[in-house]
Amino acid sequence: MKNSISSRMRTLGALALAGTLALTGCAAGAAGPGNGSASEQKYTEEDIQAALKKPTTITYWQWTPGIEKQAKLFQEKYPEITVNVVNVGQGPDEYAKLRTAIKAGKGAPDLAMIEYQFLDSFTVNGSLVDLTAFGAAESKDKYPEWLWSQVDRGKGIYGFPSNAGPMANLYRKDIYDAAGVTTPPATWTEFADAAAKIRETGSYIMTLPGNNAGQTIGYFWQAGAKPFGFDGDKTITVNLDSPEVQKVTDNFQDLLDKGLVDNSNDFTDSWFQGIANGKYASWLTAAWGPVFLDSGTAANTAGSWRVAPLPQWDASKPRSANWGGNGTSIVKGSANPLVAYAFARFLNEDPVSTKMLAFEQSQFPATIAQQEAPDFASNTVPFFGDQEINRVFLDSSAQIDTGFQWLPIMDFVFQSYNETYGKAIADGTNLRAGLTAWQKAIVEYATTQGFTVK
Amino acid sequence: MDVMAVLSAPSASRAAKPRTSASKRVQNRAAYLFVTPFFIALIALVLLPLGYSAYLSLYREQIVGGVSFVGLENYITAFSDPKFLEGLGRVTTILLVQVPIMLALSLLFALIIDSDRLRASKFFRLAIFVPYAVPSVIATLMWGYLYGGEYGPIAQLGATLGLPTPDLLSQEWMLTSIMNIITWEFVGYNMIILYASLRTLPTEVFEAARMDGAGAFRVAWSIKIPAIRPALLLTLIFSIIGTFQVFNEPSLMYKIAPNVIGASYTPNLYAYNLAFVNQQVNYAAALAFFLGIVIMVVSFTVQNTIERRNQKAMG
Repeated sequence: MKNSISSRMRTLGALALAGTLALTGCAAGAAGPGNGSASEQKYTEEDIQAALKKPTTITYWQWTPGIEKQAKLFQEKYPEITVNVVNVGQGPDEYAKLRTAIKAGKGAPDLAMIEYQFLDSFTVNGSLVDLTAFGAAESKDKYPEWLWSQVDRGKGIYGFPSNAGPMANLYRKDIYDAAGVTTPPATWTEFADAAAKIRETGSYIMTLPGNNAGQTIGYFWQAGAKPFGFDGDKTITVNLDSPEVQKVTDNFQDLLDKGLVDNSNDFTDSWFQGIANGKYASWLTAAWGPVFLDSGTAANTAGSWRVAPLPQWDASKPRSANWGGNGTSIVKGSANPLVAYAFARFLNEDPVSTKMLAFEQSQFPATIAQQEAPDFASNTVPFFGDQEINRVFLDSSAQIDTGFQWLPIMDFVFQSYNETYGKAIADGTNLRAGLTAWQKAIVEYATTQGFTVK
Repeated sequence: MDVMAVLSAPSASRAAKPRTSASKRVQNRAAYLFVTPFFIALIALVLLPLGYSAYLSLYREQIVGGVSFVGLENYITAFSDPKFLEGLGRVTTILLVQVPIMLALSLLFALIIDSDRLRASKFFRLAIFVPYAVPSVIATLMWGYLYGGEYGPIAQLGATLGLPTPDLLSQEWMLTSIMNIITWEFVGYNMIILYASLRTLPTEVFEAARMDGAGAFRVAWSIKIPAIRPALLLTLIFSIIGTFQVFNEPSLMYKIAPNVIGASYTPNLYAYNLAFVNQQVNYAAALAFFLGIVIMVVSFTVQNTIERRNQKAMG
């Protein structure tokens, strides 16, 4: 078993090497400029403009295809500046590399794209620059309140929002019609009725995947739950047994028990096929969801899809949730924070750039200005029967509960979901028990990592 | 152990010519020079990282609270960590169930090919060996597809014939499915080692046995198998080491069945997740070390027991 041995040796070696990097990183981090308090020094707009006149190269790690275009625009505007856009991997892959580079004390980029739910896992050990010193507070009014609160973590502002993922119900009108569901369900009660009718046609109204904590947390968010809290220092709250979370859980338990909702995992080959061949009539997803439908497997179903708001718990007080989305943050230790700041602001606030984000990179815009741009709301999409789908997502964005927080240990929370709540979904066992196990695992882990859990 | 080295194992006897001490010295110097690159690589890529992880395993770094020296605490935690012990239990099951099956198959194939009664034996030798040349990442992806419930050919075949097929990626079947992949991957590799060893045996003995009226089975059982015991022991030790360190297969299966595999299906997968998801590098290092000790103890015990039995049998 030579191959296995050497590959496993390599694993061990890699582990040890990673450890090496980790430890040298600690030493560097403690003494290096990373821990200097940025709030002591204030920068003015003149400082920023002066920095933009000096020849400078900055690096931006991100994974959105086509951001090079915005970098080029920026370089045309400021000819002395070079922006290197590098894709080192998507999501967790990028974070692992970023953490290693930050700990190693070298090799980290000036800027990094980071999803909102992972921001605290970088701020907790002071890896990101507080943008308050650069005057970022002035940007507050340019974004919806809930979105700004995703980057303004109370103790500091740690990035510019690039996009958002307000949730909605993407559904197959033809399947709904065939089942006699003439209007998309407005409440979760109607959703259960529709699920029963659709099940009779052979399709499921949807699947509740046991591998997607992000979506499940979105459902909690919509119900008004605040399962997580972080004071920005060392105290966290984990509240997965709140009445709101239990309400969502019991509802899904009921639908699963009756066999009205499937429990297959999402983003797998068979899930994509299920979306394309009518196994599923709905996908409750975020504003980035359509990207996965119209290009790829589901292309043959073009025209039969529509977008409706999420089913509501209380139709008189409509609420929505966000799933995903990311911003641009400045990594501590950047040699050119002023230029980095200028680029992050340009990328996410310049009208030409945000228009590109919306139309060329198919992102749901973060700025109010781009959200309210008339050509954005009135944009018709042939895949959705020429519906103006952005209007639905805009309404959704306006109904998102503000102040939803994350834990600085979301990597663990997401993986732990697969073994607890997600496992209960996949195995068809008691979801409440899965919830309790999830809560317990998170609290235990947080305690091991030195957090005070309230 | 290099396959090519085994295949081309020299049967030429070592020259036993006496040499002058001067030329011997030159030879020695040259020998040291030749092994230097190996030692540099060994020190830089194995010993230093190993020493470093031993050092790391004595510390604990918390997200809040920083680094502190904890002595053997990580090892004590590992000792009573149900996730680690469950994973250890799983690889032990693989060791007790899969390894005997795999080695028996390897031996059987090696004997059949060696018997010279097989037509196109070169083709069979290659065909059995080929899976080993497929990178385990690709092998696992391929098997993941074959096992798949809705689109997998096994399930589809079952559906066509009206037979019920188990969900091979479920909790109950996953370990069996993984053992099947490992067997498929390594039967050929072990077969080649055993076959090479069989080829080095002097043919006079078989002829003599045949003259005495021994059939092919008798020759295989009483002469060939005892004669290749060292090679069998080698494959067994390799299999023990490899089994305890199973990583690729469950790690890739995680993408297909995350709820079944979880974060700690095997000790190595657990160590990986501790280091890169949980940011508990120190505990991961302790687990890796602990696992290394377990492997050494088991390998050593197996080797000693078999050798002692051999000596008894001979004496």
